[in-house]
Amino acid sequence: MLALERLKERFGPAVLHTASAHGNEMATVERARSKEILAFLRDDAETAFDFLSDLTAVDYVAYPPAGREPRFEVVYQLYSTSKQHRLRVKVGVPEDHAEVASVTELWPGAGWLEREVWDLYGIKFAGHPDLRRILMYDEFVGHPLRKDYPKEKRQPLVRRST
Amino acid sequence: MGLEFHTSRLADAVNWARKFSLFQYPFVTACCGMEFMATAAPKYDIARFGAEFPRFSPRQADLLIIVGTITERQGPILLRIYEQMAEPKWVIAFGVCASTGGFYQNYSTMPGADQVIPVDVYIPGCPPRPEQVLDALIMLQERIQKGEGHSQKALRVEAQAHKAGQLKVLP
Repeated sequence: MLALERLKERFGPAVLHTASAHGNEMATVERARSKEILAFLRDDAETAFDFLSDLTAVDYVAYPPAGREPRFEVVYQLYSTSKQHRLRVKVGVPEDHAEVASVTELWPGAGWLEREVWDLYGIKFAGHPDLRRILMYDEFVGHPLRKDYPKEKRQPLVRRST
Repeated sequence: MGLEFHTSRLADAVNWARKFSLFQYPFVTACCGMEFMATAAPKYDIARFGAEFPRFSPRQADLLIIVGTITERQGPILLRIYEQMAEPKWVIAFGVCASTGGFYQNYSTMPGADQVIPVDVYIPGCPPRPEQVLDALIMLQERIQKGEGHSQKALRVEAQAHKAGQLKVLP
């Protein structure tokens, strides 16, 4: 609760939406200021989110009833080892400009997580030092966790000739 | 008492020796590995069937046991390991993932190791029980004795082609 108050107080309209239910706190923030906001959450003495538990993404292209705008959301799960509280931060990402600021400078552990999101969702992270595929092979075309990636599509590297 | 002779073809004797001295290379990628360990451990004791010694180099093995899910990304690695093994060689697909891809049906999972290399015996199950594995080994031994392993057949074809002078040797 406290983290959400701090966030709204400090960033006002850049915090697009907040929610709190059953002890789960969530804030959707503006994409253009995401890195600045996340840096604040890490460095502020009250929030002190020194640990990035997870970084992932969601594709809402076919989300009922008619998809959602913007198409993607990048989700940051933050934890504070000193305050022992958590916060979920979401950033909407449009399809035609699928890019957010990298947080590798804030939490070095974000490096592989951002590579995974790039690999599977095709969302770029501006400022990432080495944004390559991490799970799929270099020959792979497309981003398989996008909901419009054909379910039956296979891209084998090698097959028996007989 | 006269002399007793046991007559047999040389190939039968060789195959008899082969089937009781299998050197396995376990290509373990997933949870089936636990069941493979149980099969190799004293309780089920695969050593009783002459296949006790896992080699961790494919060059020293003649039985490739594919234990677990194979991803498309692993395909070239699996093929290279198979090609490194000395002939004649045999392959067991251990568990449903190695046999068909199992319940994984997605962009990353290979639908069975036989997409890349020939497989002699498939073991169903998720994971298979050790008894099934021993049963598969006995089935493989029967095939080895009859000379029906895929690599044994390929070697015979090659030998016949050599005899007929059809074998093209690369310069």
